[in-house]
Amino acid sequence: MAGVAVSTTINGDHVEYLCQPDETLLDVLRDRLGLTGAKEGCGTGDCGACSVIVDNRLVCSCLVLGAEAEGRQIETIEGMAHGDQLHPLQQKFLEHAALQCGICTPGFLIAAKDLLEKNPSPTEEEIRFGLAGNLCRCTGYDKIVRAVQDAANVMKGA
Amino acid sequence: MRYIRPQSIEEAAGLLASAAGPAAILAGGSDLLVRMKGGFIEPELIVDIKAIAGLSEIKETADGFSIGAAVPCAVLGENAALKKAWPGVVEAAKLIGSKQVQGRCTIVGNLCNASPAADSVPALVAAGAKAVVAGPNGRRTIAVEAVPTGPGRTSLAKGEIIEAILLDKPAPNAGDAYQRFIPRTEMDIAVVSAGVNLTLDEAGAIKAARVALGAAAPTVLLVEEAAEVLVGSKLDEATLERLAKICAGACRPIDDKRGTIEFRRKVAGVLAKRVATTAYERAGGK
Repeated sequence: MAGVAVSTTINGDHVEYLCQPDETLLDVLRDRLGLTGAKEGCGTGDCGACSVIVDNRLVCSCLVLGAEAEGRQIETIEGMAHGDQLHPLQQKFLEHAALQCGICTPGFLIAAKDLLEKNPSPTEEEIRFGLAGNLCRCTGYDKIVRAVQDAANVMKGA
Repeated sequence: MRYIRPQSIEEAAGLLASAAGPAAILAGGSDLLVRMKGGFIEPELIVDIKAIAGLSEIKETADGFSIGAAVPCAVLGENAALKKAWPGVVEAAKLIGSKQVQGRCTIVGNLCNASPAADSVPALVAAGAKAVVAGPNGRRTIAVEAVPTGPGRTSLAKGEIIEAILLDKPAPNAGDAYQRFIPRTEMDIAVVSAGVNLTLDEAGAIKAARVALGAAAPTVLLVEEAAEVLVGSKLDEATLERLAKICAGACRPIDDKRGTIEFRRKVAGVLAKRVATTAYERAGGK
């Protein structure tokens, strides 16, 4: 069966691929493009582990079709660090031990990045509400919230 | 399965009308992709309407607002003029799902998914919103409450697409509000909900009212008797009690693990009182 030809931009790079019409963007990223940072937790938009940014909007890539990526700008976790230079959020997640098993972490980092870009000084409540679409079954969230608060302070000072 | 992204509403309607098998419209996909994944629907054709000019815009006109079918709910919350004019509609739309879902989900999708618990629908009905339906035979404009006919069912014919939701410019001294009951603080669907839109006269008495209940019957309920009780009042305690009683009585809810019939009836009344109070304050009454 012929696929849908898609031309898009991922982490600043021009990318072309063929996908099936019912294939999700998450499956395209992971299985066709080797970008396995986004995880499939639930596959129904409840857990946020597959979060990516499409045209400056945080979305669950499991609820986007690969075919819909045509002409869009997509940011994934793979584009977050610059070479060996970690993003402040990544650095603070490490320092605060804001992860255990790590499955939710790429989604949390992308969602937190989107949050801080739109609101550089969020309150604790705004962080908790802003990240309510991301589920973590290990940390109990407190360490994640602290890491985001600390990263926000670093990024404001930068 | 075929995926097509038409450039015009006529082309989209034509594709849907001539589809041999099940066809689905894709805007945000936050219901459609979940239903596909669960095997509840296996479309032969998906028509992505996001490339159609104008469907991703909120237009402000002399008459009010036209919200395109592909506008994500997050964008409603970012539109200062819409938020000021219809705070109840915007607060309802903003309750749907997470930040991730907000970036995709649409009020037209919420309406056409036809869940009795859809958050934006009671607010739209209270606001007197209309749906512009485009189809193979042209366009028609219908009241939002005429769209859902039962859980998961709508009055739309094959080939028809809701192109936009229309909201009038609010009358002077008017205010709307929406609230739902859920057992947690976020990320849930309504057990019961209420939307109220009130217009006051110069003296602060209610001269027009619309009261809508969600998750209280197979489709959204526009409770006309509740509106009649409110008109002429200044929302005194006795009026609020009568409103609660009428709303509780108007419910035809289901009995399930999320709420019993008795609970839903009681909460419908409580919410109607609270939401009417907020709408009254927003309209400038005290």
